[in-house]
Amino acid sequence: MKKHVKTVNKAMLNG
Amino acid sequence: MENQLIHRMKVNGDMAVLDVNSGAVHLIDEMVYDVLGVFDGKNDEETVSTLKNKYDESELVEVLGELHELMEEGLLFSPEFDVPETFATEPVLKSLCLHVAHDCNLRCKYCFAGTGDFGGKRELMSAETGKKAIDFAITGSRKRRNLEIDLFGGEPLVNFGVVKEIIQYARKREKEANKNIKLTLTTNGTLLNDENIQFLNDNRVMVVLSLDGGKEMHDAMRPFPNKTGSYDAAVRGFKKIIASRKGWNYYLRGTYTHFSTHFAEEVLKMTEVGKEISMEPVVGTTEPYTLTEEDLPVLFAEYDKLATEYLKRRRGEGEPFDFFHFNVALDNGPCVAKRLAGCGAGHEYYAITPSGEIYPCHQFVGREQYKMGTLDTGVVRPDLVKKFRNTHVMTKPECKKCWARFFCSGGCHANADLVNGDITKPYEYGCRIQRKRLECAIVLQALLTEDTKEGAEDMRPEIDNFKFQVGKTEEKRK
Repeated sequence: MKKHVKTVNKAMLNG
Repeated sequence: MENQLIHRMKVNGDMAVLDVNSGAVHLIDEMVYDVLGVFDGKNDEETVSTLKNKYDESELVEVLGELHELMEEGLLFSPEFDVPETFATEPVLKSLCLHVAHDCNLRCKYCFAGTGDFGGKRELMSAETGKKAIDFAITGSRKRRNLEIDLFGGEPLVNFGVVKEIIQYARKREKEANKNIKLTLTTNGTLLNDENIQFLNDNRVMVVLSLDGGKEMHDAMRPFPNKTGSYDAAVRGFKKIIASRKGWNYYLRGTYTHFSTHFAEEVLKMTEVGKEISMEPVVGTTEPYTLTEEDLPVLFAEYDKLATEYLKRRRGEGEPFDFFHFNVALDNGPCVAKRLAGCGAGHEYYAITPSGEIYPCHQFVGREQYKMGTLDTGVVRPDLVKKFRNTHVMTKPECKKCWARFFCSGGCHANADLVNGDITKPYEYGCRIQRKRLECAIVLQALLTEDTKEGAEDMRPEIDNFKFQVGKTEEKRK
């Protein structure tokens, strides 16, 4: 669990 | 000095960082914000020594540990990449804008269509030309199933008889060709009535309704030829069609200018008419309404003000509203090939004039050097198609180094041409506004996403790509 960073999404650019 | 692979942003005290080449978004605290102003992924010692007077060293080391974890997960300092192979060299048609009327019953002061006639003669499209355009779209779209047709003007409803014929023909050809056609009509609203509203509803036509805010602002910019304001007539029509659709399948779309830089208040006035709202900056060169350098700080403060109100209402204080430029889906979205194609003007998207001429988009109409052919000849400027296709964020020098490139798709070609005389040189003033509202959008949607993760009701906007929602019996609420 990170204390300073909350990752909002999983890298969507990574057809 | 911030590394170009990331972008930090602050909106009303909330902070986030975007990993440009992966699309990852992280909400961060002030220490991380400061660390990322120095840290480039490798210089831990330099970062600690630069910031140790402001923060405790052990905390800085802890932050750097978290950032290294993100890097290992591919969520920070992701490297740049090349144009994907899936970005085909041969474009396939996806949408058309039909200028069913180069005429209008209003005389809006900033109209790029020259008060409706696009600088030429006042002219209406015939049903024959409209049907030919539908056939052009169906043939040009080849095996692509989804197609979009926008009925545009001038004011399309001054030619409603032809609009009806075109729509009926489109629905007939759609079935025959096994296509899925999304129809949109842009209107000033003053000619909406029970008959045409029923027809548009029955035929699943999305509507874009032009409204510039409250009565005073709207009337000042959007008068009838006799100089009286059009607000009352427009809003009468808008309320009627919005009610008939239970609050679905429309957008109120406004324009702000040098005379209306305090647009946040105007947007909030628009929420009294409808909740689906877009408000965009006017584009000009020397006209009195053109936005100025001095206007920018005012505009940025207005976006912040609007962001505060948007978030407050989505968190339960008041009725939520939708603001087009705050709509960013952080979890999904189109692939990079699609992002490079952008709006598709000049290669996947064309505008058709009343006489059947083909232009790259509705804003290029009347700029003769960009005429690409006619419905009879087809597109006869492969050089222009190639140029538009290959003018994107991975080829334009200014875009290549901009953090917002995968969200804005390179901005508007027509504005670049209007202001710089060159579609490869972005309209920088528009870019600055775009970046500001993207920062607002990313932070707002990140905060709403976190709210959801923490157990609150999901109040992120439903981004349905403006698709006609059928059979809605309940009022839209978010």
